[in-house]
Amino acid sequence: MKLAYWMYAGPAHIGTLRVASSFKNVHAIMHAPLGDDYFNVMRSMLERERDFTPVTASIVDRHVLARGSQEKVVDNITRKDKEERPDLIVLTPTCTSSILQEDLQNFVNRASITSNSDVILADVNHYRVNELQAADRTLEQVVRYYLEKARRQGTLDQAITKEPSANILGIFTLGFHNQHDCRELKRLLQDLNIKVNKIIPEGGSVKDLQDLPKAWFNLVPYREIGLMTAIYLEKNFGMPYISITPMGIVDTAECIRQIQKHVNNLSSNKKFNYEPYIDQQTRFVSQAAWFSRSIDCQNLTGKKAVVFGDATHAASITRILAREMGIRVSCTGTYCKHDAEWFKEQVQGFCDEILITDDHTKVGDMIARVEPSAIFGTQMERHIGKRLDIPCGVISSPVHIQNFPLGYRPFLGYEGTNQIADLVYNSFTLGMEDHLLEIFGGHDTKEVITKSLSTDTDLTWNQESQLELNKIPGFVRGKIKRNTEKFARQNNITNITVEIMYAAKEALSA
Amino acid sequence: MSNKISETLTFECETGNYHTFCPISCVAWLYQKIEDSFFLVVGTKTCGYFLQNALGVMIFAEPRYAMAELEEGDISAQLNDYEELKRLCLQIKQDRNPSVIIWIGTCTTEIIKMDLEGMAPKLENELGIPIVVARANGLDYAFTQGEDTVLAAMAHRCPEQILLIDKKRVIQDSNIQNFFSFLSIEKKEETIHKNFEKLKKNPPLVLFGSLPSTVASQLSSELKRQSIQVSGWLPAQRYTDLPSLGDQVYVCGVNPFLSRTATTLMRRRKCKLIGAPFPIGPDGTRAWIEKICSVFGIKTEGLEKREEQIWKNLKDYLDLVRGKSVFFMGDNLLEISLARFLIRCGMIVYEIGIPYLDKRYQAAELLFLQNTCKKMSIPMPRIVEKPDNYNQIQRMRELQPDLAITGMAHANPLEARGINTKWSVEFTFAQIHGFTNARDVLELVTRPLRRNNNLENLGWSNLTKKEKKK
Repeated sequence: MKLAYWMYAGPAHIGTLRVASSFKNVHAIMHAPLGDDYFNVMRSMLERERDFTPVTASIVDRHVLARGSQEKVVDNITRKDKEERPDLIVLTPTCTSSILQEDLQNFVNRASITSNSDVILADVNHYRVNELQAADRTLEQVVRYYLEKARRQGTLDQAITKEPSANILGIFTLGFHNQHDCRELKRLLQDLNIKVNKIIPEGGSVKDLQDLPKAWFNLVPYREIGLMTAIYLEKNFGMPYISITPMGIVDTAECIRQIQKHVNNLSSNKKFNYEPYIDQQTRFVSQAAWFSRSIDCQNLTGKKAVVFGDATHAASITRILAREMGIRVSCTGTYCKHDAEWFKEQVQGFCDEILITDDHTKVGDMIARVEPSAIFGTQMERHIGKRLDIPCGVISSPVHIQNFPLGYRPFLGYEGTNQIADLVYNSFTLGMEDHLLEIFGGHDTKEVITKSLSTDTDLTWNQESQLELNKIPGFVRGKIKRNTEKFARQNNITNITVEIMYAAKEALSA
Repeated sequence: MSNKISETLTFECETGNYHTFCPISCVAWLYQKIEDSFFLVVGTKTCGYFLQNALGVMIFAEPRYAMAELEEGDISAQLNDYEELKRLCLQIKQDRNPSVIIWIGTCTTEIIKMDLEGMAPKLENELGIPIVVARANGLDYAFTQGEDTVLAAMAHRCPEQILLIDKKRVIQDSNIQNFFSFLSIEKKEETIHKNFEKLKKNPPLVLFGSLPSTVASQLSSELKRQSIQVSGWLPAQRYTDLPSLGDQVYVCGVNPFLSRTATTLMRRRKCKLIGAPFPIGPDGTRAWIEKICSVFGIKTEGLEKREEQIWKNLKDYLDLVRGKSVFFMGDNLLEISLARFLIRCGMIVYEIGIPYLDKRYQAAELLFLQNTCKKMSIPMPRIVEKPDNYNQIQRMRELQPDLAITGMAHANPLEARGINTKWSVEFTFAQIHGFTNARDVLELVTRPLRRNNNLENLGWSNLTKKEKKK
């Protein structure tokens, strides 16, 4: 048992559901007790999703506990098959159902006989993997299922496209700025004259998965999700993949050079040279390279920062801060414990120390000890920063609704470098401004003239009513006080009691 | 599908495929209500992730709740449950020193049959802190019923009522007086006598249900106006202030989802239950007070006028809602009371979805609903227990209600299809009880209507691409 207040990565089934519901026309059925379908709430609220989340539960209740699910799961699958006519139904086990040890595979086999949809059982172990690992696994599982199916049916066409083309693997729902990153990657590939073959899972159809091998290579922008799929495709179809995250100027250039290498390997007649493009973008289109030379950025030299997040974002941001902006990263860390080796290798030489943990109190203690001028982390670090009065830029999941902006905010590619520069710079200047204000004692040195209407002369609040008044949240207290006193004056009352307060609320709220 | 609306209340039961919150969510408001408590949820990552996502920001305010996260070793019984819980509770005691630790049992503890009730008394002795066990799991309960399980467990911990001031206590008092000789004996006895006089007015009355302290004191003072003294609340602001219970004590619920608590109070603590409609809306509040008064043989004073006054103050909102239709998808068990209030406001209710309906505990409320429908000459709504969300959405497509009261999973998709929604969860957290807060309920109900009045003529109420023909 572990005493836990908060967690960075969710349980396994969330990862499976995120992948399943990102595909078009795929329905997930959870084998779960009532209330476990809060994934729908997260998706509908955070992503502001217009459509019903294609996730339902086959409810595990007392009866199921006593007698087993029996026909219930199969019935629910066939029912959903009739109602929604999905291409694929993913039966998703939860922590509850994995202890019940029912033979879910058997349900899947039975249900796939009667339904038109394909049915598979998500293969994840709840007590061993987290949300991200499960998502990675599920994506691979779905891709494998459809490619093997196509191979069996003889519909698999392995010939690559005439012109260079790429798949983007790992863009999906509830991912940190994934939609914007996807648009930016498409733009980047377009600039390089590379066609986008397929983007999965977001918006992709499982029917098109058999076309994946037609691309020249796979691009895996995020370390956490898509790598398993890319490795599977490399092993079985000889497709090369690029797993360098194009975040920051240096890494974006590196990613493009990798693309060039793979494209030239496969291209028989034409040779591609992207160096002029990289140079043009770096020096003139992206503002980040110029920014790092400008005197603004000079002021940031040697300032201390702490970075924490998922492996991809934390590693990339650490390198950007240290290599591209000259900021001193005192400590960097990730909660992706399963990927610790890779992470350490990536940030080696770019930071003073490395912290691998999924315990937010350890991160908090570290930040308190280091006392950086700015933090780049998740929503949790933002709150730690609030408590310690240190500004924080959010660079990674887990996130709140404000990290699903409506405006265009990629982290990847050349526009991404601009966004990151803004984020970094704004975090630091705010901190500086704050600091100066404190030294010089605030904006307003003259005493503020009270806006309160009440004078304390003619009305008395008895002790109870004062207590009651203090219970009211600060930001409305003044208003309640004024309204109550106004009401008291109108009714020639001088002694204010709790009853008067309530009466005032009733009378004046009309 | 028949959407005929019948003349009497009809009860249906569907498949139970509906969206609601897990009952462990009750820790969100209970740990704030009971100031000296600590809630320990014994469950998995799934439970923890739910709490942190559903409760949003509260987690960052150093909450007095935590997960005892079960790991593989706990599930396969390689670790000793008792030792593990002891280790965690010791840590909690050391860090927070609460007056009570409440263990919340979850689906997982049910399935692996962890004997929380058996372990609690043993550990309680060892630790010196009371440990209350509530099984608020998704196998058996929905959302607000979580509070019900906690309060039912707490009812066992309330001290026994000693109705008459017995001699022992007087002797004890005089013992105290030996130490504090500056207090004269006469004065002490006088105050006891005075309290006794007060008590004689009405037998002890304990109200049950967790409400924000302002709302609780508003309801108490409503009763005080009718010269009824409330002798205690379950739960109180602090665990150490739990009210006394016994066979002379009358109890009355303030929320419709507290049927287990009511049963426990009646059967185990021998209290007398006052079955009344719930004090939601001015009509409900009046009926609630009247029922309590009638049990105590007290004639109410000025209630009618007071209700009238409240209705008069609501006029601007009533104009907005009159004649509009509502569809309750059902997830928090407040639905019957809210529907009854909205019908009285002049709305038409098509369907009341509700997770679970205890017809005995809610009897007075159901009768009141029926009478309200007759009074307003509005057809009776259908009541659907354990609803099926998919079917409900089909029905809603046909009925096109002016307002759907629904969980957050469906709110945005329905809005995108041009159906106004209000999140049902807000009714659980907002202050909706008593005369004073009637306006707050309507504030919530009318918010989507008012918002849409502002956006009405822009021509973009339906924001989905054409639905695929299936």
